[in-house]
Amino acid sequence: MIEVNIYRYNPETDKFPYMQKFNFEMPDRDIMVLELLNSLKESDPTISYRRSCREGVCGSDGMSINGKNGLACITPVSEVAKGNRLELRPLPGLPVVRDLVVDMTEFYAQYEKIKPFLQNDTPPPNQERLQSPSDRDKLDGLYECILCACCSTSCPSFWWNPDKFVGPAALLQAYRFIADTRDTRTEERLESLSDPFSVYRCHGIMNCVSVCPKGLNPNKAIGEIKSMLLTNKRHEAEIIASDGGGSI
Amino acid sequence: MVGHLNKDNIQTLEFDALIVGGGGSGMRTSLELAKSGLKTAVVSKVFPTRSHTVSAQGGITCAIQSADPNDDWRWHMFDTVKGSDYIGDQDAIEYMCSEGPKAVFELEHMGLPFSRFENGRIYQRPFGGQSKDFGNGGQASRTCAAADRTGHALLHTLYQNNVKEGANFLNEWFAVDLVKNKFNEVTGVIAFSIESGEVAYLKSRATVLATGGAGRIYASTTNALINTGDGLGMSLRAGFPAQDMEMWQFHPTGIHGAGSLVTEGCRGEGGYLINADGERFMERYAPNAKDLAGRDVVARSMVLEILEGRGCGPNKDHVLLKLDHLGEEVLNAKLPGICELSKTFAGVDPVYKPIPVVPTCHYMMGGTPTNIHGQAFTSVNEIDNEVPGLFSVGEAACVSVHGANRLGGNSLLDLVVFGRAAGLHINEDLKSGGGVEEANSDDIESALHRLNKLNESNSGFEVAEVKRELQEVMQNYFGVFRRGEFMEKGVQALEEIRDKCENLHLHDKSDSFNTNRVEALELQNLLEVAEATAISSLKRNESRGAHARDDFPERDDENWLCHSLYDPIKKDLKKRQVNFEPKTMEAFPPKVRAY
Repeated sequence: MIEVNIYRYNPETDKFPYMQKFNFEMPDRDIMVLELLNSLKESDPTISYRRSCREGVCGSDGMSINGKNGLACITPVSEVAKGNRLELRPLPGLPVVRDLVVDMTEFYAQYEKIKPFLQNDTPPPNQERLQSPSDRDKLDGLYECILCACCSTSCPSFWWNPDKFVGPAALLQAYRFIADTRDTRTEERLESLSDPFSVYRCHGIMNCVSVCPKGLNPNKAIGEIKSMLLTNKRHEAEIIASDGGGSI
Repeated sequence: MVGHLNKDNIQTLEFDALIVGGGGSGMRTSLELAKSGLKTAVVSKVFPTRSHTVSAQGGITCAIQSADPNDDWRWHMFDTVKGSDYIGDQDAIEYMCSEGPKAVFELEHMGLPFSRFENGRIYQRPFGGQSKDFGNGGQASRTCAAADRTGHALLHTLYQNNVKEGANFLNEWFAVDLVKNKFNEVTGVIAFSIESGEVAYLKSRATVLATGGAGRIYASTTNALINTGDGLGMSLRAGFPAQDMEMWQFHPTGIHGAGSLVTEGCRGEGGYLINADGERFMERYAPNAKDLAGRDVVARSMVLEILEGRGCGPNKDHVLLKLDHLGEEVLNAKLPGICELSKTFAGVDPVYKPIPVVPTCHYMMGGTPTNIHGQAFTSVNEIDNEVPGLFSVGEAACVSVHGANRLGGNSLLDLVVFGRAAGLHINEDLKSGGGVEEANSDDIESALHRLNKLNESNSGFEVAEVKRELQEVMQNYFGVFRRGEFMEKGVQALEEIRDKCENLHLHDKSDSFNTNRVEALELQNLLEVAEATAISSLKRNESRGAHARDDFPERDDENWLCHSLYDPIKKDLKKRQVNFEPKTMEAFPPKVRAY
C-alpha cells in the first residue's frame, strides 16, 4: 500500500488548490506512475492529466513526481516512491489549468520564437540535400526533444522570465538548427539570441540536464550557442579595431 | 457547457477547410492548405506533436534509389500489391509508390534529420516484404530512416513547417460529430475546447478526417491511448460506410506485457525471432524471407509456436527477439530508441539479452473509403458516389493502399503522399467554387445530440468498466486467428456493450479540462469501430492477409477478391470491386502469396 498525494485544482469549484490523499494498493509487479494514475482515475474520474503514447515519446505527461520533473509513463513507482509516499504535482512555473494540467502557451511561444524550422536560401535539388554521416551526427542529442517541458519548468530562470528567457527546451532546438549543415541562417539565429535575456539568463545550474527524460543535454547546447555568440563578438571587435571603429 | 446545447447557444466559426487530427496526414494536408491562403484550421485533441505518428520507428518505405541506385518504384508497387494479398487498389498503390520519392525529398528539404550513408544520401534499411525485380531479385533495402525515431522526426518536421507557414491550429479541441445538411453533405463538425469547455459549430466547405487509427479497441495494442478512431466513429454515426474493417494488423513484435512497439527495423538490421528451444523458427514458415516475411505471416507463425507449446517464459506466452549478436555499436547507432524502450518496459538490455515479444494490435488497414484525392464516398448499386464536403486521409482512411496487410514503412508514406494529394485537391476544388449547402438548426441539433445526452446523464454505466469489457471482447474473439462461432458471440456481446455505451454516466460535468467527458466520447467512437470490425470479420468467409479464419483457412479469390463495405445503418456488408487498373502499366494479377 502506498500513499499518493495529488495536487487538485478545478477553477470552477476550488478557490485554492489542495493536496488530495489516496491509498493505493500496488499490484504484484512494478508499474509506471501513469498506470497508477490511470487506476486512480477509474475510482475518481475527475482527476485530470494529459497522456498519449504511454511510452515516453510524445511528451504529454510531464509532471512533478516527488519533487522532480519527469514523464509519468516511463517513471517506475518503485524508483520514486520514497517511504511508500508519492507526491504528484503539475510542472512548476506555468499556470495551472486544472489538477496536473498546466497552460503551456508560454513554453510553446518560446519554441516558435526561435524559428524551429530549417531555413536554406538555395533552391533545393531534385533529390535530397546531401549530408555526411558525421555532419548528421551533430544533430544527435538535439533532434530527439519531445517538448515535454520538464527542463524549462525546472529552470528558475524560466520561472522568473518565461517571456524573455527562451528556456532550455527551445534553446536546444535553436542549436539543433544552428548545428544543421543544411541550414543557412546561422548568423541570423545567433543575432536573435544575442540580447541579455534570451540565452544569457542561463546560469548553468544544470537542472535541465538532470530532469530530461530523454537524456538530452540542453546545457551543452546553450554553452555552444554562448561560445558562438562570443566568437561573433570577438569577430566584430576585430573588425572595429581594424578599421578604427568607424563604421560598425 | 451548462444546459441543453443548441444552434443558438453555441458559437459558429467558419472555415474554408477543416482538418480533424494533427498527426502526420493531417499536418501534411494542412501544410498544403496553409500555403494556399485559404482559411484553414487543424482541430486536434492533443498538441500536434503528441499524435501517434510520433511513435513510428523504423522508417518510410520509398524507392528513392539511395541504397540501390537501380531501385524501381514498380518493384515497391509489386511488393505492396502482394503484401495487400491483392485487395489493395492498384491505381492508388501506383500513385503512392511513384509519387513517393517526391514526398520523401520534400520532407528532407523541410529539415527531417534522416540518417545518412557515407555518400551523404538518405540511409535505407531492409524491411519485411521488400524485394528487388518483382520478387525475383532478393531482399531490397527501401526503408528511409532517421535512426529508429522516424515518426518522431517526421511529425516534428511537419509541425515545424506548419509553424513556418502560419497554419492555424485549434489545439486540445475535441471533435464530437459531423454536421450534415439535408442533401447528406458534410458541412463541418461540432467540437469543444477541452481546456475551456466552449462548444462551437466549426462550419467548413471541406472537412478532412485525419484522426488516425483505433487500436484501443483491443486490450493489447502498440497504439497510443488517444487512438480511439474518433473520425471513423463520427462518419459511421453519420451513416457513411467503412471499408475492409476486418483487416487489422497485428505487429509481430510488441513488448510482452506492455504492448510497446519494437520496430521491424530490428529484424531488418539482422535481428531474428527464437522460440523456447532457441530455434529460429521463421526459417520453417518462410524459407526465403524468414523473419522479413509479411507481418501477418510472421505474427501467425509466432502464435502457432506459442500454441504448440514452444513459447518462452514461465507461461510460455511469448517468443524472443534476439539482437545481441549485432553488437553494442550497431544497436546504439541504428536502434537507440529500441534499447531505451526495452530497458524501460521489458527490463532487458538488448545488447545482452533478447526482448520478449508477442503479436500486438498495431494498424487499421480499413477506414473511410476514399479516392486518391482523399474524397470520401458511399457506394450505391456498385457505383461510388462522392460525399460532398467529406475527406479522409492517413490511417483513418482506406484509399486503399494496404489492402489486407500493410507493409512496414508504408504507413508514413501513405500519410505524406495522400495528405499532400488531399491538400492539393481541396485547394483546387475550393478555389474553383466548390463547397456545400448550409445546414439548418435541426441538422446542428442532431449533431449535438450525443454531447447533450452525455451532459444530461444522471446515472448509467462506468466508462472505464465498459471500455475494458469492449477491449476484452475484441481481444478474445477478433485476434490473430478467428472462428465464426466465436465471432458470433463477440457480435452479440457488442450489442450489449452498445446499450451500455448509449447509457454512460458522466460523473464530471465541469468545463475545464474535463477528461472524463473526453474518455466517454472516445469510448463511443471505439464502439462504432469495434462493431464495424466485428461484423465485417464475421462476414468475410475466407482467410486473406491479416484476416485468418480457422473455419475458412484458404483464400477464396472467386468470392472474396474484393473490398468489404460495411453499412452502419443496416449493419451489413457489401462487396466492392478492387481496382486492377493502374495508369502506366499492366496490373499485377493475383498469385499465391509465398515468402
